Amino acid sequence: MSMLRDAIISAFGERARFDSSQHPAGVSSCLVPRDSFSEAAKVMKKSYALLAAEWATDETAFGRGFGIFSCYRWGSEYLIVRADVPADDPWFPSLTKRFVPAYRFERQIQSLMGITPVGIPDARPWIKFEDWPIDAWPLRKSFDASKPMPRIKGEYTWIRAEGEGVYEIPVGPVHAGIIEPGHFRFQAVGEDVINLEERLGYVHKGIEKRFETLSWREGARLAGRVSGDTTVAHSIAYSMALESMTGCRLPERAQWLRALFLERERIANHLGDIGAICNDAAFAFMLYQLSRLKELMLVTNRRLFGHRFIMDRVKPGGVTVDIDAAGKEEIRAEMESLLKDFERLVTIYDENPSLEDRVRDTGILSPEKARELCVVGIVARASGLNLDCRIFNPFPPYDQHDRIELDVPVLISGDVHARVWVRIQEVRESVRIIRKILEDLPEGETSIPVEQPSPGVSGFAAVEGWRGEIIYWLQSGPQAEINRCMVRDPSSLNWIGLERAVLGNIVPDFPLCNKSFNQSYSGHDL
Amino acid sequence: MIRILRQIFRTGIVTEPLHPDPETEIKEVGIRLEEAVRKRFRRSLTIRQVDAGSCNGCELEIHAMNNPIYNCERFGIHFTASPRFADMLLVTGPVTRNMEVALRRTYDATPLPKLVVAVGDCGCNGGIFGESYASLGGVDKVIPVDVYIPGCPPSPAALLNGILKAIS
Ligand code: SF4
Repeated sequence: MSMLRDAIISAFGERARFDSSQHPAGVSSCLVPRDSFSEAAKVMKKSYALLAAEWATDETAFGRGFGIFSCYRWGSEYLIVRADVPADDPWFPSLTKRFVPAYRFERQIQSLMGITPVGIPDARPWIKFEDWPIDAWPLRKSFDASKPMPRIKGEYTWIRAEGEGVYEIPVGPVHAGIIEPGHFRFQAVGEDVINLEERLGYVHKGIEKRFETLSWREGARLAGRVSGDTTVAHSIAYSMALESMTGCRLPERAQWLRALFLERERIANHLGDIGAICNDAAFAFMLYQLSRLKELMLVTNRRLFGHRFIMDRVKPGGVTVDIDAAGKEEIRAEMESLLKDFERLVTIYDENPSLEDRVRDTGILSPEKARELCVVGIVARASGLNLDCRIFNPFPPYDQHDRIELDVPVLISGDVHARVWVRIQEVRESVRIIRKILEDLPEGETSIPVEQPSPGVSGFAAVEGWRGEIIYWLQSGPQAEINRCMVRDPSSLNWIGLERAVLGNIVPDFPLCNKSFNQSYSGHDL
Repeated sequence: MIRILRQIFRTGIVTEPLHPDPETEIKEVGIRLEEAVRKRFRRSLTIRQVDAGSCNGCELEIHAMNNPIYNCERFGIHFTASPRFADMLLVTGPVTRNMEVALRRTYDATPLPKLVVAVGDCGCNGGIFGESYASLGGVDKVIPVDVYIPGCPPSPAALLNGILKAIS
């Protein structure tokens, strides 16, 4: 299917040039004139596509200026639209009026790459704090990232709600509890939240820039540390993008083992999340029960694969660990007892009226809003958007529908309960997939060597991590080094969904809403 | 309700016996930890955890210390929301430039003895993120550190061990 590609061809004709250096073959990339960058967005919107990412590159190494990219998704198709931006005139037309989430991406592009989105309604910096030097654009090649930056004086302007009885609650960056840092500012009247503004960027570690100093192999280690709770999915996405550039064909066994790790990561995180959500509704029993189940999985991971979170076990070209018959048996038994306990707990969740009272109709993200905000993953599936890369952009082994069929849950109520229920269903589904993998695991190698990619090519991969779709876009430079590594964690899109979902809720329900989204700060801030 | 009770009884107390962990003899550590907490902190060691830029992997393991298997509360260790009540700061991650001020402020708000434990390879020396425009490196680049717990991430047992080292 190439709906989006056809739409671009019919709207742009000769003005759009398709690019053959983009891999894998299923993902098209086309170059349009800079002035038409947002016209392309309009065409995409008309074709019902959603915005998946927007980013920029510095292509000085190629003797060019900047590149600006947007990536759209519809059904099983991904399309990348690219425009060239001259170095001495760095601007591009903003897409925010067509796709809301573009405003975060574009603020980030402006802050870190120094290219101005023209027509953006909110041009405040993002991730770049007010005390950074104005001309510090770390993603530019001319920027020396090894030196510390001086601090300057500056102020961040918050969006204010005013009126009688309106008050403001600032929260963070250091939160109560063991969680990542970020700042939230609520405006409330009585108990009702009338506005929430997020401010993120506290854990910005310069990851994208760091990639550019690493070898392709080391890159996989860094990818596994973009968001520690999603280490498997991130390293798979990075590896797949690289493998697509080198044309490396993974042994089947390696693909199946990756899927095994991915599903284990999904279950472990979902168990933790469901427990934590219930705990925020003052039902601590579930937290302790489920965190016990999660811990048991981590212990098995450690015993069988050498790491509790299976970190660094996925590498470009395959995986570093294998499983034997005894290991399979162990997982089988583990799944059996886990599911038994889990089902009992689900019944308890389902039959508890006071819990139900808290989670139902709380933190609603309506299907229309979910579409408008282009959210992904569990958040999308709880709000009626049927998105899952394992189904729509299946990577092996998920593309073998006769061997692994998938049934992802989609709910439409968009409340906290829906986000819990999607997770519950997914745990069941993942247990089923794991059993299938153990049954059908192909024999053979677990990895093959990966060559260097050729200079000047780019690779793309989308992987369904437990939070949702993770995108990596890699570009090799003239010396075949990493020229750019774009990381798009699901959190980059879903954080905006949270801002929307809490409106009209009472302040004390915010932790509950927040936990039901449970987005990564690190994956967002990079 | 009956289901809940039944599940509680069925699960029983999972904290003991502990799963054998070849890395550290957690039980051994536990006994010494309990002693140290009792003697030096009047049975309660209060920790404020600060994520100064981690990838959140270390947070998962710190959370795990609270799960029923490791159950760190039995040693008198608990986590607080405010640095004002804290005996110890458990700091993860390379300290990012954007978190530097917040970390300093948290440190300033902590009363003596202000023990600081740097968690994870990143907390020890910046780990894979190193030092750059955005990352200042290890925790000791910003505040004085008493004990370092390496690992990526360190296991809950290693964390308990490191905490013990800091208070004994
Ligand atoms: S030590 Fe490892 S797990 Fe901890 S923050 Fe650093 S990269 Fe993440």
